[in-house]
Amino acid sequence: MPETLVAALEELEREYDRAKRDKKFQARLTELLRTYAGRPTPLFFARRLTQKLCGAKIYLKREDLLHTGAHKINNCLGQGLLVERMGKHRVIAETGAGQHGVATATVCALLGFECVVYMGTEDMRRQELNVFRMRLLGAEVRGVSSGSCTLKDAINEAMRDWVTNVRTTHYLLGSVLGAHPYPTMVRDFHRVIGREARAQILKAEGKLPAAIIACVGGGSNSIGIFYDFLNDKKVRLIGVEAGGRGEKLGDHAARFRGGSPGVLQGTYSYVLQDSGGQIALTHSVSAGLDYPSIGPEHAALRDSGRAEYVPASDAEALAATTLLARTEGIIPALESAHAVAEVVKRAPRMKKSEVVIVNVSGRGDKDIGIMRENLKLD
Amino acid sequence: MPMPLTFHKKPALVVYVTCGDPDLATTREIVLAAIEAGADVIELGVPFSDPVADGPVIQRASERALKHGTSLAQVLTLAAEVREQAQSTGLIVFSYLNPILRMGIEKFCKVARAAGVDGALVTDLPVEEAGEYLRAMRGHDLSPVFLAAPTSPDDRLKRIAEASRGFVYAVSRTGVTGARQQLADDARKLVRRLRRVTKLPVALGFGISTAEQFAEVGKFADAVVVGSAIVETVERNQGREATAVREFVRKLWDVSAQSPLTAS
Repeated sequence: MPETLVAALEELEREYDRAKRDKKFQARLTELLRTYAGRPTPLFFARRLTQKLCGAKIYLKREDLLHTGAHKINNCLGQGLLVERMGKHRVIAETGAGQHGVATATVCALLGFECVVYMGTEDMRRQELNVFRMRLLGAEVRGVSSGSCTLKDAINEAMRDWVTNVRTTHYLLGSVLGAHPYPTMVRDFHRVIGREARAQILKAEGKLPAAIIACVGGGSNSIGIFYDFLNDKKVRLIGVEAGGRGEKLGDHAARFRGGSPGVLQGTYSYVLQDSGGQIALTHSVSAGLDYPSIGPEHAALRDSGRAEYVPASDAEALAATTLLARTEGIIPALESAHAVAEVVKRAPRMKKSEVVIVNVSGRGDKDIGIMRENLKLD
Repeated sequence: MPMPLTFHKKPALVVYVTCGDPDLATTREIVLAAIEAGADVIELGVPFSDPVADGPVIQRASERALKHGTSLAQVLTLAAEVREQAQSTGLIVFSYLNPILRMGIEKFCKVARAAGVDGALVTDLPVEEAGEYLRAMRGHDLSPVFLAAPTSPDDRLKRIAEASRGFVYAVSRTGVTGARQQLADDARKLVRRLRRVTKLPVALGFGISTAEQFAEVGKFADAVVVGSAIVETVERNQGREATAVREFVRKLWDVSAQSPLTAS
């Protein structure tokens, strides 16, 4: 992290520590999550998908039903209330798929902040509906046309803005990335997913699931649903990375398959990079998973063996999208479709008495254009 | 053994170049031209794919340099070549952390020392994360230079100064690298605050591009860093990069009371 930002990071850490212990802050956040975002989200038994796959009982955690269409709103509301506490009035954010940008623009409208969202021009093209949504909500969307014109480059540009306007501006980072305290703070705001899911599955099944599956870009929805199960050693935690269109560097975003330890944007973690330490370009059909590094806590979970990480390809994610749409009437975001793709592979190998939870982190409305380009429907 | 990181005149001039833009052979010529025109210290910029602390000029230069694969290893080879021709000029490797991590901190220090490099500045490495790096740098008798920002509180300035050797690099304003019309008030204030915590010389950089600014900064800082303006000169003078940089550096002294030739 550049020195100019260190003081702001320290301020954020202090403020977050105070807010964490502040009952009023927590009560206000809980109330907003309930009355504005729509929590708790349902845990839905996917009967027809279960029958079709002939294996484990599949439950879907319906984060896609949240206001703005994805789990991202959990973190945006949390950080938004922190911005209020810090007395700042300008918020910047990066976005890949546009879901975090939309959630940020939404919270800024709700709380009355000025909002600027940085987005790669390639992502603006493939997620143009979300660009319009952000603008409709009053945010300024600034296109970034450096590097691969995707999420990584949007973060670079957001950091440049922050380094320039740090005294008045809060950087509302959307994943468990960046320098401390972001990875832990963003995780804490998403823990509600796992907390709810744990209580819901115990109520529905009277036992814990055998496995939990979630997609991993930076890793916010996955760490959110994993966290309250970490001590339940029998629950397998499975993160699904973007396998893209092949195994060559540049064709995917599977950091645990092709990455090595490195530092990107203030985070020491697994990074897709070349032999000289230059960050590699990535590819995924899903803009939200198209990022060369992964949250540092996922790296620790992987190294300790507590969680496992597997890739799903573009084609598998697209096939899973159609399957979920036709068996359950749910069109998942292409990010979440990677998690669905893994359950398609895994459920048939599991016992019928076993239960698996898939986190449907977002809905597919924003991806309809890409789906139409890629899916030939008969 | 000479002490090339000592500033011999006031203000001293620190020149930043993005290595490999347009190619390494030209960078070598540019560096030698800058030295000939009066640069005291050269910052050899290692191009990085994600230069978050840099403005558009250095971003573009980095992209050009990376297009033909400029690497940290090549920059260190270039340093050795420059050292052969310029014994008393300070040479600093200016890099983001990841290329150094990828090479290995220990190996980086060893190769840099052997190449005749005097120090390094890692732009995205805050001082509290620098334990291993500082041990390796000191082990190889290399000078770590850290950035001090207008937003750094006094206790951090102290830590930054204590970890630095040779000089401290004061960032003139919040923001990325690149030319600015005016020098921020931040700059003067930061140098004053640094003086209270350290006896090390202070070099001021970010946004300084004209002879007027150079002269102004020279009144309160020990050295002036010129980066983006040099890189932009390279960009705009295809085919005659070294000559253009030589002219540019000479002109920096136009307004200053002291010319490089009369420096003591």
